[in-house]
Amino acid sequence: MSKFKFAMYWAGSCGGCEIALLEIKEKIVEVDQNYEVVFWPAATDFKYKDVEGYDDGFIDVCLFNGCIRNSENEHLAKVLRAKSKVLVAFGACATMGGIPGLANVASAQEIKDLVYRDSPSIDNPDGIYPQERYEVPEGVLDLPHMYDTVKTLDQTVDVDYYVPGCAPEAGQIAAVLDVVTAALKGEGPLPPKGSTVGVSPKTCCEECKRVKEEKKITSFRRIWEFLPDPEKCLLEQGLICMGPATHAGCGARCTGVGMPCRGCYGAPDGVLDQGAKMLSTVASIVDAPTPEEIAVIAATVPDPVGTFYRFGLPSSLLRRARV
Amino acid sequence: MSTNGSNGFEPRLIGFLCRWCSYNGADLAGTSRLKYPPNMVPIKTNCSGRIDATHILKALKEGADGVLIAGCHPGDCHYINGNYRTAGRFPLTQKLLEQLGLEHGRVRLEWVSAAEGDKFARVVTEFTEQIRALGPLGWSAQFVDESVAAPAAEKEAVPA
Repeated sequence: MSKFKFAMYWAGSCGGCEIALLEIKEKIVEVDQNYEVVFWPAATDFKYKDVEGYDDGFIDVCLFNGCIRNSENEHLAKVLRAKSKVLVAFGACATMGGIPGLANVASAQEIKDLVYRDSPSIDNPDGIYPQERYEVPEGVLDLPHMYDTVKTLDQTVDVDYYVPGCAPEAGQIAAVLDVVTAALKGEGPLPPKGSTVGVSPKTCCEECKRVKEEKKITSFRRIWEFLPDPEKCLLEQGLICMGPATHAGCGARCTGVGMPCRGCYGAPDGVLDQGAKMLSTVASIVDAPTPEEIAVIAATVPDPVGTFYRFGLPSSLLRRARV
Repeated sequence: MSTNGSNGFEPRLIGFLCRWCSYNGADLAGTSRLKYPPNMVPIKTNCSGRIDATHILKALKEGADGVLIAGCHPGDCHYINGNYRTAGRFPLTQKLLEQLGLEHGRVRLEWVSAAEGDKFARVVTEFTEQIRALGPLGWSAQFVDESVAAPAAEKEAVPA
C-alpha cells in the first residue's frame, strides 16, 4: 500500500511546533511507516514550486503551524489549503495568533520604526529600512510584504481541525495522528470538521493538582517576587494564572512546577473571548471593603493585553489595537 | 440613524442596566416624562455583576460607539456584592481598552438607583454628548484585506 502524504509548514512561528512533533519520540517511526513527507521545510528539502505543482488534494494531512503575518505566509496557506485533504491549524499561532499576534498592538510601520530606528541599541543614521523590492543587475529581489494585522489560519483559509498549544503536548499530538491515520486507513471516522482536537473538555484547573479554595486576593504579585506555596492554587496566591479560562489538555504541567498558566491552549468550550473572560474573573476575585479600593487594586494588573491575550489577540473579539 | 460624518453623527450606545435598580431608574425617567436622547439601546441584565468584559467588547466590535453599565449603588446590590465585582472589572476593562487605542470615555460605569430617574436621564444625556464629541468608533471598518495590497511574487521563492 502506498503511504499517505504528509506535510508540515511553519508560517509566522518559532519552530517549536516542529520540535513538538518530534516529542512523540518512537512514535515518529510509526508516522514514517504510514506517511511519506512531501513538504516540510524544517526537515526536508522541498521548494515552494514543488508544492505548487502538486494536484489539488494531493497531500492527505498538512499540519500548519504559525500565524499569517505576511504575504508569503498567506500565499502558502492558500496553496496548502488547495493541496491538502485535511488541513490542521497546529499550535497556538495557527489557531489563535499566538505570541506573534501580540504585534497587533501596533502597525507594521510602528514595528519597523522601533526595530530599525527607535530602539536604544540601533545605530542607523541614514535611516535605512528593509525594502520589499530591490533592483540589482541580476534582476529584482523581493521580500514578503508585512501586514499590519496578524491573522490566524482560519481567518485566511478554511481549516478542518484545530490543535492548540504552545507547543501542543506530545501525548495530544500522538492521539491526533492516531485518529487521522485510522480514518485515512478507513478504520474509524474523522472528528467533525471544525473541531478542536487534542484537548480535554473543561479547563486547565481540572487537570491542575493544586488545592483550590475560595478565591480572594488583596494584591497581584508576579512570579519573581516570591516563592509560591507548592500546594496552593497560584491564583489564590495573587499570581495571574489563566487556568480558569484555558482549555484543558496540557496536563497542567506549568502549574505543576509553579509557573502560572499563560493560556496557550485557548478558550474552553463556550467561551467567546478568553482574555475578556479571564479579565472578568481576575477582577471579580479582588477582595477589599469598598468598591473604590477594589477598583484601585484591579487596575494594578500590568499590561492587560499582554497578560490576558498572550496567545490570542488576533482571534479575540477586537483582534487588534485601533490603527 | 446615520453615522456618516461628524455633523450628522448620531452615537449608537448600548446600556447594560441592572434590573433591580438602574432599569427601574430608566422606567422612572420615562414615567416622569423626563427627556433624554434616544441613542441608547437598553439591555436588562439581572445584575451589573453579570456584565463580563466579553459583553462590552462584543458591543464595541458589532458597531456600538459607546457602552454604559449601570447598576445599584454599592451596598444596595440585590445579590449582596455583584456590583463590587463590576467595580473591579470596570477599571481593568478600561485599561485594556486604552491599550487597544480606545478613548477613556467610550465606556462608562454609573450607579443609578430605582429612585434616580433624573440621574438616569442626566447620565444618558451626558454620555450621548460625550460620545458625539469623540465621534464614531467603527471598529470593524479598520479590517481590510491586506493581501490585495501585497506585491505579487514574480520569482521563485525559497522556503524559509
